[in-house]
Amino acid sequence: MNEPQQAKRVLIKGGTLLDPKRRSAEQVDIVIENGRIATIGRIEEASFSGDVVDARGHVVCPGLLDLHVHLREPGQEDKETIATGCQAAMAGGFTAVCSMPNTDPPADNRSVIEFIRERAAGRLVTVYPIAAITKGRQGEEISEMADLVEAGAVAFSDDGSSVKNTAVLRRALEYSSMFDVPVIEHCEDPYLDEGGVMNEGFVATELGLPGMPRIAEEIIVQRDLSVLGYVGGRLHIAHVSTRGSVELIRRAKEKGLAVTAEVTPHHLALTDEEMRRFDSNFKMNPPLRTAEDVQALIEGLRDGTIDAIASDHAPHCVHEKDELELEYAPFGVIGLETTLGVVLRVLVQEHSFPLAEVLDKLSYQPARIIRKEETLTIREGAQANLTVFAPEERWRVDANRFFSKGRNTPFRDWELPGRVRAVFNNGLWWRREA
Amino acid sequence: MSLSSRHLLGLQGVPREDIQLILDTAQTFKEVLQRPIPKVPTLRGKTVVNLFFEPSTRTRISFELAEKRLSADTVNFTASSSSVLKGETLRDTARNIEAMKVDIVVIRHSAAGAPHFLSRHVRANVINAGDGRHEHPTQALLDMMTLREKFGTLEGLRVAIVGDIANSRVARSNLYGLRTMGAEVALCGPRTLIPAEAELWGVPIFYDVDQAIAWADVLNVLRIQRERQARGYFPSLREYHMRWGITRKRLEKAGKPIVIMHPGPINRGIELDSDLADSEFSVILDQVTNGVAVRMAVLYLLSGETSVD
Ligand SMILES: [Zn+2]
Repeated sequence: MNEPQQAKRVLIKGGTLLDPKRRSAEQVDIVIENGRIATIGRIEEASFSGDVVDARGHVVCPGLLDLHVHLREPGQEDKETIATGCQAAMAGGFTAVCSMPNTDPPADNRSVIEFIRERAAGRLVTVYPIAAITKGRQGEEISEMADLVEAGAVAFSDDGSSVKNTAVLRRALEYSSMFDVPVIEHCEDPYLDEGGVMNEGFVATELGLPGMPRIAEEIIVQRDLSVLGYVGGRLHIAHVSTRGSVELIRRAKEKGLAVTAEVTPHHLALTDEEMRRFDSNFKMNPPLRTAEDVQALIEGLRDGTIDAIASDHAPHCVHEKDELELEYAPFGVIGLETTLGVVLRVLVQEHSFPLAEVLDKLSYQPARIIRKEETLTIREGAQANLTVFAPEERWRVDANRFFSKGRNTPFRDWELPGRVRAVFNNGLWWRREA
Repeated sequence: MSLSSRHLLGLQGVPREDIQLILDTAQTFKEVLQRPIPKVPTLRGKTVVNLFFEPSTRTRISFELAEKRLSADTVNFTASSSSVLKGETLRDTARNIEAMKVDIVVIRHSAAGAPHFLSRHVRANVINAGDGRHEHPTQALLDMMTLREKFGTLEGLRVAIVGDIANSRVARSNLYGLRTMGAEVALCGPRTLIPAEAELWGVPIFYDVDQAIAWADVLNVLRIQRERQARGYFPSLREYHMRWGITRKRLEKAGKPIVIMHPGPINRGIELDSDLADSEFSVILDQVTNGVAVRMAVLYLLSGETSVD
């Protein structure tokens, strides 16, 4: 792949600037000088010296931010590295990702956070590390949260599992509230889901696959909301997948609780019917649910119950995922390079969401949760953090052409709208060749 | 006449004509099996590999015998553990099969969908000899053959499947196959072993075995795995036997003819009283004989050969 270049002098010509913050769309030219937005207005190409991005018919928007990414480094570099994960993010239009702490060793202490930040330094894509809630992700003792925040952690999560012990979760919410940092919960009752492979329901019953009931998620959502209501702090629910969870979060928000939530593109686009193929590329946790759940998730996004869209990018090696029996393959699918296309197709094309609203859920909303909204400001003098994509351009998902090391996509061969043409961030820019 | 699919992966969605054809062909082979030299050259020159990733003496022997009676060359591969533990993926196994120029693969595997996976990666015809909790189509076919012999038709026949429905591939294949053939099916067992939303199958579900007996012409009694009790699906084997064990007393109380089937091996005294297996109620030995005939039929029909002898 071509590497990002210094953004010395670049003209984005004729694009439609769509800033969800302002809810306005205008056709403008943007000049970027030394990584900053120098001019927003009308620029004659003839009088400009530098690189030109012909953005006619393209959308220019704030760089997208993904709250939920497994970069796998340190420890599982055969699945993904910070370098390849950042390239995948860039190709998918993301200029920032939050890295999940279930690495080896886990990001439960300052040195791992520093390692990640060092590896990510100087890249176009900003990596915001999430630290573990508990030491060793064991769910027993809370990690050194103050030190971790100081080292650069933007949130805490034991993603992969919930904090089993409710008292520990309570302490985590109390303690983290001193730093205004969210606790991100992967909501799952481990006993109810034990041995499960897919959503519990008629499809699982027909296929003879062990089920993961929706209540396994909802019970923990309910528990966490109760604790949040009692002790305060900030709670973010990762990858909401059921109608019941959406309803619980909606009610909590009505009561004024400081809860936010995210949904993945695969939970918006697919149902457990896909499991009939016995293809491990459809196995993830939480599992694909039913059409009724998908509908509720879309309604939840529409009314703001669900704040953000996050990929839950979870790369695995081909020999341990695609090549294994469904029941034995690990959970997880990749998503950095397909998220924009899938949500454009599902939300904008099929469910008539305004484009600005979808981009909001991929930029300002996730940024707000980790208090990084200011990094998205689009105005003269600000750092250029921009994504340029062709909303009408259609492309076919070819797993072999991903920048990610992962090939485990559930969207193989899908035709998606929205091709990312260029991204700008951290003084660098990248443009897709051809 | 030929089947509509290149593989036999399950009975769900298999058309009635295909099942009919398999059962009719099996009947022909059953006659072959009664000849002094019970062997035909039908699959001479064909190679069948029996891939058993899960121990199963009965099914493996039944397939091997069927292959020998058809004069096929057979290769056996048995592995006690899953491919994950072996360090070789199922995809690797598929590559090896491709390299060996095999015509038919018979696969038994502890994971649902393993035969489907294989069928996507090999040119050979794939026969599912039991995949996880999913399907065991040749078992259901031999059950149907046995019932058709006994009753003349499957149309309108009432078959209650009793036991661990949630974890049974025999239950699923029987349910799919029997309903396609016009039989009625009911499920019976403790609530904890009836899978979620089973009512969407649209079949009667009995938690009381006496009600199931009163309803049924046939009981297909499933083997109960002792580990289910260890994992809390029911409190004890004693209580299981008391509530769902099929006893002579229960059958006699029903006061009507009833046929008992069991896919084997039987836990005598738990799901089935010891003497019942060998009693006038039982067709269990017919099942074993028909197993070979049905497997011969499936092998022959999938091989694409056009004459039996
Ligand atoms: Zn998770």
